[in-house]
Amino acid sequence: MFCLGCGTELKKVVSWHSLFAKEEGPLLCQECLEKLELISGEVCRLCSRPLGQNPYQQDGMCLDCLRWEENEAWSGVLDRNISVLMYNDYCKELIALFKYRGDYAVAAAFASLLKHQLGTLTYDLIVPVPLSPERLYERGFNQSEALILSLGKEPAHLLARKHSEKQSKKSRHDRIHLPQVFQITQQTNLSGKQIVLIDDIYTTGSTLRHAAILLKEAGAKTVISLTVARG
Amino acid sequence: MRFILQENKLKLAAPTDPDNKPITALTQIPHPETNPNYSFSQDLQHFLQGRMLLHDELPFPKEQLQEHYENGYIHYHKGISIEKSKPICTRCGNSSRHQFAAFPCARCGEKECLYCRQCIIMGRVSSCTPLLTWTGPEVQTKESVPLKWEGTLSQGQAHASKKVTEAIKANGELLVWAVCGAGKTEVLFAGIEAALAQGKRVCIATPRTDVVLELSPRLQAVFPDIKVAALYGGSEDRNENSVLTISTTHQLFRFHDAFDTIIIDEVDAFPFSADASLQRAAQKARKNVSSLIYLSATPNEKWQNECKRGTRPFVTIPGRYHRHPLPVPELKWCGNWEKTLKRGKLPRNVEAWITKRLTDQTPALLFLPKIELMETLLPYMKTFDERIEGVHAEDPQRKEKVQRMRSKVTPLLVTTTILERGVTFPGVDVAVLGAEDRIFTESALVQIAGRAGRSASQPNGNITFFHYGKTNAMNKATRQITNMNKEAFEKGLIDYVLPGMRN
Ligand SMILES: [Zn+2]
Ligand SMILES: [Zn+2]
Ligand SMILES: [Zn+2]
Ligand SMILES: [Zn+2]
Repeated sequence: MFCLGCGTELKKVVSWHSLFAKEEGPLLCQECLEKLELISGEVCRLCSRPLGQNPYQQDGMCLDCLRWEENEAWSGVLDRNISVLMYNDYCKELIALFKYRGDYAVAAAFASLLKHQLGTLTYDLIVPVPLSPERLYERGFNQSEALILSLGKEPAHLLARKHSEKQSKKSRHDRIHLPQVFQITQQTNLSGKQIVLIDDIYTTGSTLRHAAILLKEAGAKTVISLTVARG
Repeated sequence: MRFILQENKLKLAAPTDPDNKPITALTQIPHPETNPNYSFSQDLQHFLQGRMLLHDELPFPKEQLQEHYENGYIHYHKGISIEKSKPICTRCGNSSRHQFAAFPCARCGEKECLYCRQCIIMGRVSSCTPLLTWTGPEVQTKESVPLKWEGTLSQGQAHASKKVTEAIKANGELLVWAVCGAGKTEVLFAGIEAALAQGKRVCIATPRTDVVLELSPRLQAVFPDIKVAALYGGSEDRNENSVLTISTTHQLFRFHDAFDTIIIDEVDAFPFSADASLQRAAQKARKNVSSLIYLSATPNEKWQNECKRGTRPFVTIPGRYHRHPLPVPELKWCGNWEKTLKRGKLPRNVEAWITKRLTDQTPALLFLPKIELMETLLPYMKTFDERIEGVHAEDPQRKEKVQRMRSKVTPLLVTTTILERGVTFPGVDVAVLGAEDRIFTESALVQIAGRAGRSASQPNGNITFFHYGKTNAMNKATRQITNMNKEAFEKGLIDYVLPGMRN
């Protein structure tokens, strides 16, 4: 076995964290693991952001989540986001290797971190966040789907992109009022269904909420997102 | 991306085409004959000539590239070829199974599209990605590129320079075995000028980015009429088509049949071992008929033996530019130093060596075999002088620490690495603690010793190898240095030998 992060040979089994599925053994070496930082301590009950000493919080929620929940259109759309890692330098590097360099194999390392969290959830369907056809061709794979497959699960393709648009440079107001970028692919009745969305990173929560709102409109009972990192 | 075979040509396939395949699955790739009447794109010629690139790296439409292929101006290569049911990456030569992975690919639609993880940082090479090379006419180069250099070569340099020029003209191979401080860069000038005069393309390759950054401005200064391309991860010259290129190993993987002359610098000096992938990259980047010049201060044993037997053409520069002999290491037993360190102390003679340097205000380098030791040792050393610092290869503050050492703020630097090339600390003394460690090969020790006595004003310096048992490497390193001094004296390259150097 070789470390998926840096390629060094994995010699001994290390017990860094119980979050790793024991039977698989770790997929990252001790050094790479130490460079990653698990989210711990007190976190926002909606989005997993560590609250720490942050004074801008209420009812265990961070300011961003408060804003989302205050907005009538978005309140309650995403029931919760669970992230596993802090978005530190090394996490950033690994996600870039995975998503932008296109090193699909790294998904397995992330999946081994998500596995435990997924096990704590009850759900009916796991839904990937879709990419535009151009982006999909460019990358060769959809990182969200890659994570689901690496978790050994079947992705339910309920969503598709309407059109692609760069989001990163928009203001928060723009994002909240952004027109819908997704659409439901099949007119399935999702009533009573519990759905998990999986993605690599939760940054503003906008993308995941745009996905969640369609699922809720189609009848989904709960939509929880499970993401590798909290950006 | 998938292809079909039609009229003995590859065509980009539509998903509906029967028998379409990813490029790796094709049994043969036809190369259409060059159509002399085709008006090819000169931009593309400049961009692609001598390179081997992915579609993603080429800012040209796929259809235009395909048209050039069909007219015989471009070759398609399998990104990954399968030989004896084993995958090989055409770009980087990787053939280790564990460095490949498979994924369900949106480009070719295969459930298991194989890709190379070793070179992924340059963009993914997979079973469905062709690598493209230029097979049309070469870009015309300037007739003459004059060398503008006022300096003079030492006697040893002049001899080596002549040999290099001969080898380049004759498309031969040559090892330039030059001691640390001989001034090997200047030795290349005349050879490069001769190569450029013959319309040849020249590349200097090295494993390290700092070497690229150091060499490029020096070469640009002496060849002001051309643009020297400096290639390293993140450099802006990446797509520059230049007759003189300075490149790191990794960037070299983008080349194919590109150079008439490749000069490989520090072929085995760093990082303490030979770099097989550099050799592979160089072979791929050179043309069939081309010259290969190796530069080394410390060729490995195999090469040294080949030199002795006369099977490897080589030239030595045994003396330093400043005509003083190389300081010869002293070997000193220091007992089980690891045990002493665990007790929070230093072997007595090592401690004495350090205190003497501090008292005399002689700048000093102390080399350790492992980073972990530095962490144990540094707090204790700081009790002698709190300005003492430690630095290792991946230290983010490496540059600042080296600078503080150079400006004499730091009196002594503890290190696990040879530090930047070209970094010389005038008048420095050098010690190795644990010189018997495997990491200190003959060439590593010669390199370490080569830090001392570099400046003409302070050409001597103390070098001490503290050890817990002499190794072959230590003896050989010492012998290599004394032999070089002897040879330099016999050839009249240095003016004297020091007592004890005559063995
Ligand atoms: Zn690692
Ligand atoms: Zn929150
Ligand atoms: Zn490769
Ligand atoms: Zn593919």
